[in-house]
Amino acid sequence: MKIAITTTGDSLQAPLDMRFGRAVGFLIYDLDKGTAEFVSNSQNLNAAQGAGIQAAQTLVATGAEGLITGHCGPKAFQVLEAAGVAVFNTRAANVDEALTLYKKGDLTAVASADVEGHWT
Amino acid sequence: MKIALASGKGGTGKTTMAVALARAARSPVRLLDCDVEGPNCHLFIKPVLERSEIVTVSVPVVDKNLCKPCGKCAEICRFNAIASIKLAPLFFPELCHACGGCIQVCPENAIGEIQRDVGLLECGSSDGLEFIQGRLMIGEAMATPVIKAVKRYQSDELLTLIDCPPGTACPFAAAVRGCDYVLLVTEPTPFGLHDLKLAVATLRRMGIAAGVIVNRCVDRDNMIAAYCREENIPLHLQVPEQRRIAEASSRGRMLLEVAPEFGSKLREVLQMVTERISGGQR
Ligand code: SF4
Ligand code: SF4
Repeated sequence: MKIAITTTGDSLQAPLDMRFGRAVGFLIYDLDKGTAEFVSNSQNLNAAQGAGIQAAQTLVATGAEGLITGHCGPKAFQVLEAAGVAVFNTRAANVDEALTLYKKGDLTAVASADVEGHWT
Repeated sequence: MKIALASGKGGTGKTTMAVALARAARSPVRLLDCDVEGPNCHLFIKPVLERSEIVTVSVPVVDKNLCKPCGKCAEICRFNAIASIKLAPLFFPELCHACGGCIQVCPENAIGEIQRDVGLLECGSSDGLEFIQGRLMIGEAMATPVIKAVKRYQSDELLTLIDCPPGTACPFAAAVRGCDYVLLVTEPTPFGLHDLKLAVATLRRMGIAAGVIVNRCVDRDNMIAAYCREENIPLHLQVPEQRRIAEASSRGRMLLEVAPEFGSKLREVLQMVTERISGGQR
C-alpha cells in the first residue's frame, strides 16, 4: 500500500507542507517495499481556484490510498473521499516523523475536511 | 447616459456618493446596485421593492450511465471545476464559469446542462427614483452573472447610475463594461492611491473614461490631487472629512440630508461628466 505525505522537499527529512492544495509536492511512500517517490504539485501553486481539487486528482493518480497532511479543505476532501483515499491530519515536523506516527497507528483518519475552503 | 461609481478599495464612500448623486440629479434617475456581494444602496434610499427574479447560470451535469471515464472534461476545465478520478467525474458547480468546454469535449455526449440559482434580482422605486439591485446568494462565488442581470436595466435614455463592487477584478469589469464614464471614489491615503491606480489602469485598458472624487479629504492639496494632475485625470470633487457626514452614512442617512450644500456641487459634477461624455473626451 502507498501513502502520500505533503512535503516541501524530496527527502524523508524534508519539512512537512501543512497545505494540501498548494503543497510543493507529495512524497509517495510504498509501505511494502519501503521506497519513496517525489511527485511535484507545482502546476498547482498558482492555480487561481480549485487547487485542492487538482491536487486531489494528482494524488489519486499516484495510486496512494492514504494522505498525511496538515490541513485539507472540503472540496479536496470530497474528491479524495470519492476515490477512497483516507486523510490523516498531523502536525509532525517532517515527513519521516509523520510516517513513524502513521506506522505506530498514532494517526486517525479524519471524517471531514478540517478547514473551510476559500469559496464556502 | 450610464455613469458607474467605483473605487478600487472598499469603504471609501462610493455608495454614499452614488445615492447622493441619484438624489441630487434633476432628471429621472435609475440606480443600479451592482455590489452584489453586499448591496447596501437600499439602506439609504429605502425603496419599495415591487418584483424580484432569480438569477440562474447553467452548469454541467454528467450522466453517469453514458460516461466512460476518460478524464477529458477535467483536463479541459481551466477553472478546476471538475475532478476526474477513475469513476465518473466530480463536478464543483460553484467553481464553474459556464464556458461549455467540458460539454464540447466529451466524446460520449455524457454532459448536459442544468440551471443553478446563484442570485436574486430586485426592482423597485423610491420617491420617483427607479431602483434595481442584485444580490448574490450566500455561499456563491460567481458575482458576474448576477451583475450582468442587473446591468440589463442600464439605459441610455435616462441617467443610469451604477454602484460597482469594490476591487478591480471580474465583478468590477462586468459592472463598468459599457458605461460612458466611471467616477472613482477614493480617499487621500496610500491605500486609496494604490487601488485608484489599479482601477485607472483597468479602465484605460477597457477604454472607459474616468474621473475622480476624493472623499474624507483634510487637505485639498493631497496625494490623490497630485496623482490626478500628473496623469491628467479630472478631479471632480473633494469632500472634506466631516463628522456629520461620517455619522450620516453610518446611520443610513443620506449625504444630502446632513449636508444639503452638496446638492449643487454634485449637480455640477454631473454637468461636467455629461459634457465630457458628449464631447467624446477620454
Ligand atoms: S463549463 Fe467550463 S468551467 Fe464549467 S465545468 Fe465545464 S469546462 Fe469547467
Ligand atoms: S469527458 Fe465525458 S466521458 Fe469523459 S470523463 Fe468526462 S463526462 Fe465522462
